[in-house]
Amino acid sequence: MSPILPSERAELMQAARAVKGRSLWKDAQRRLFRNKAAVVSMAILAVLTVLAILAPLLSPYSYQVIDYALVSCAPPWWGGDPLCRATGAHWFGMDSVGRDLFIRTLYGARVSLAVGLVATTVSLLIGVLYGATAGFIGGRVDAAMMRFVDILYSLPFIFFVIILMVIFNRNFILMFVAIGAVEWLTMARIVRGQTLSIKQKEFIEAARAGGVGTFGIITCHVIPNVVGPVIVYVTLTIPAVILAESFLSFLGLGIQEPLTSWGVLISEGANTLETAPWMLLFPATFMAVTLFCFNFIGDGLRDALDPKER
Amino acid sequence: MLSYAIRRTLGAIPTLFLIITFAFFMMRIAPGGPFDGERRLPPEIEANINAAYNLDKPLYEQYFIYLGRLAQGDFGPSFKTKDFTVTEMIASGLPVSIKLGLTAIVLALLIGTFLGVFAALRQNRPADYSVMTIAMVGITIPTFVTAPLLTLLFGVYGVHIFGLDITLPVGGWNNGALRNMILPVIVLALPQIAVIARLTRGSMVEVLHSNYVRTARAKGLSSWRVVTRHAMRAGLLPLVSYLGPAIAGLATGSLIVEQIFGIPGIGRYFVQGALNRDYTLVLGVVIFYATLIILLNLVADILYRVLDPRVRYD
Repeated sequence: MSPILPSERAELMQAARAVKGRSLWKDAQRRLFRNKAAVVSMAILAVLTVLAILAPLLSPYSYQVIDYALVSCAPPWWGGDPLCRATGAHWFGMDSVGRDLFIRTLYGARVSLAVGLVATTVSLLIGVLYGATAGFIGGRVDAAMMRFVDILYSLPFIFFVIILMVIFNRNFILMFVAIGAVEWLTMARIVRGQTLSIKQKEFIEAARAGGVGTFGIITCHVIPNVVGPVIVYVTLTIPAVILAESFLSFLGLGIQEPLTSWGVLISEGANTLETAPWMLLFPATFMAVTLFCFNFIGDGLRDALDPKER
Repeated sequence: MLSYAIRRTLGAIPTLFLIITFAFFMMRIAPGGPFDGERRLPPEIEANINAAYNLDKPLYEQYFIYLGRLAQGDFGPSFKTKDFTVTEMIASGLPVSIKLGLTAIVLALLIGTFLGVFAALRQNRPADYSVMTIAMVGITIPTFVTAPLLTLLFGVYGVHIFGLDITLPVGGWNNGALRNMILPVIVLALPQIAVIARLTRGSMVEVLHSNYVRTARAKGLSSWRVVTRHAMRAGLLPLVSYLGPAIAGLATGSLIVEQIFGIPGIGRYFVQGALNRDYTLVLGVVIFYATLIILLNLVADILYRVLDPRVRYD
């Protein structure tokens, strides 16, 4: 091999620049957008989010005003022969005290999605910080920290969340924090494992040999490689959190009237299933579809970010 | 092997201790007590009651009294249900919860593994996709939706299949009669079936692509033998470690199911106790469940090491 002359070198650099590199993220994005289930799910969730945000503008009714004339009335288009039928824009019918179910379902979406996002963010912050610290420091500190996680793992946590909700009288913020504090454990394990394995990789060594500083290595090399599994787990945590909230609401420990969540609406609807099935149908469908979408996106992301698939 | 088992068992003790301490003090910082009724009690009577339940002593002293009793296997008296000890209440609910939970987990294991293996053998074909879609539905629909739906379908409307008129009781336990168990067991088992099917499919797909399975096929073994003798042995291993979390899942699921179907198990006591500030009852149930989960995790871990020769016990 002859040495590269300066003139040739400039030419080679030119040629190298002309080749358009495909980053890990571009690749993943391309694969994700080829996954039809994931794309449809993202579209549905986007629409749902917009609906939830714009809720007060979409219906002429308020989520807390009671219309005594229309208690438990069916939607205008409902088939069969219900006891009474609402008119106008009561598209989803009325609940058992005479409030519009459409606007209440959308307000439920606000609360459920907010719980999902906030609690997941809490778990993300605690989990990533904890896991990365344990993985990065390593040794005894790591062993002690992960032993603590193991101990917490074997607690029946839903029981503690229930006790917490009873003690602090269904505090809304506390519910976010409590659920988030339950969900961070898996996140910490994932991040720690990922950090540990990445620390040993050749490309980190190469970067160090190339003169990149510690901070640069963490931001440019470690984090992008940790983020993949974390994102996947986030999309799977959100539905788990929404389910946990609805579970608490079903036991009567969730959000308080007149505000509502899907869990509250579903538990109300379950009681009137025989006489007024719409009260269960709409909130349950909204929740099931949302959980479906998050799960599909999670699966899609997992496939898209899997380096083996490249 | 034995030393590993002993070490793990010893390691479980501080965990349990932590749970007891945590639960005890959390319950006590709650405002309100078990004897706050609508009517204020005369101060002398209140003082007497508090003295009878040691509530007049400082909190740390109560904690040590509780620990001391617990060490002798005594969960203490229930604060709300007069004349009953917590041990008696747990003992009366336990057989019911165990019968329900065990039936559900056995059913879930059988159906879940079958569906998972079935889907893995038809990877990326319509059968696979449909099984996995159904599993996803099972995971996303909560028990408190499936329970009323099934109740309406089988209990109120009645289902007519093959000329048979199937109507099932929608509540009560009736000493564990089969008819009364069908609906609660199905509701409890459905989410577990879904999770087990997904888990099994994932690991079976991986195993079926491995070299030793290809070798077995190349030797000319029948595909039935390859699947049951070679692939399933390794493919079903992850289920062992799922055992612990599964039992925990059943416990939380049964909170709901016992409430909906009016079944006199342990789960109901917990919710009632938490709402009534029945300190000893809630503590008793939490400690009981925690012990159960820790124990099962322990068994699962040890079993895993016994079954999987690749895991070395150091």
